[in-house]
Amino acid sequence: MLPVIIFIYFALAMTTLSILVITRRNPIHSVLFMLALFFHVAALYLFLNAEFLAAVQVILYAGAILVLFLFVITMLNLKAEIFTDPFIGEWPVSLAIGSSLLLLIFFTLRDFLQGPVGTYTIEMIQRETNTKILGRVLYTEYLFPFEIASLILLIAIVGAMVLAKKKS
Amino acid sequence: MIPLEWYIGLSSIIFMIGAVGFMIRRNLIIMLVCVELMLNAVNISLVAFSHYLQDLRGQIFVFFIITVAAAEAAIGLAILVVLVRNKGVVHTDEITEMKG
Repeated sequence: MLPVIIFIYFALAMTTLSILVITRRNPIHSVLFMLALFFHVAALYLFLNAEFLAAVQVILYAGAILVLFLFVITMLNLKAEIFTDPFIGEWPVSLAIGSSLLLLIFFTLRDFLQGPVGTYTIEMIQRETNTKILGRVLYTEYLFPFEIASLILLIAIVGAMVLAKKKS
Repeated sequence: MIPLEWYIGLSSIIFMIGAVGFMIRRNLIIMLVCVELMLNAVNISLVAFSHYLQDLRGQIFVFFIITVAAAEAAIGLAILVVLVRNKGVVHTDEITEMKG
């Protein structure tokens, strides 16, 4: 019973927070609600036995990416933003498209069939610890994608610097 | 035990809120935040699949998605800074240079 109550709390809180993110007029408020949402997501990861990813979620998303967003918002000085209409004129159309797609997903979800389970049981992960076993899979089976990820980050660094540099 | 369908339902609700937010907002910063929201929704469903199917590949995918999200945020915000420097606006309906 307790897990169900916890899940329902997280589901309601995350839905409310994400609706607040997209409806607030002030971008700073949006980003701060996003911060609360990221902490809820991290707690949900803990609930799903993914301790390493919960830590990464807090450090990387809440610590790095959102601070970058806040820096840019405070740098740009968007005072006029508060007095203009935050939504485009055709917002009911987008809302209708979004809710019909959501209904489609919920109707297909009824026929969901779970596949065969793998070898990483909860007992095994608890015996080996989550971080260790995740590192082993990442550095053996997924070594090549990991190298590509490092290239993506390099391109992002160089691209951001080239774009934001002032033309002399 | 919570059924896996609940997690997928939660994930799809958050994904659709992010997608609707991407479509209805005029502010480019909030649109980038909405992309992060959608990526997070996918991450939730991947971690839930990883837990229920007892396979760590879902968590590995989340790892790569977080990497791509960081790169996307850095490049998107750099483009935004350049846009504000050149045009002085962050509203998508005022940027019409490429309209034919």
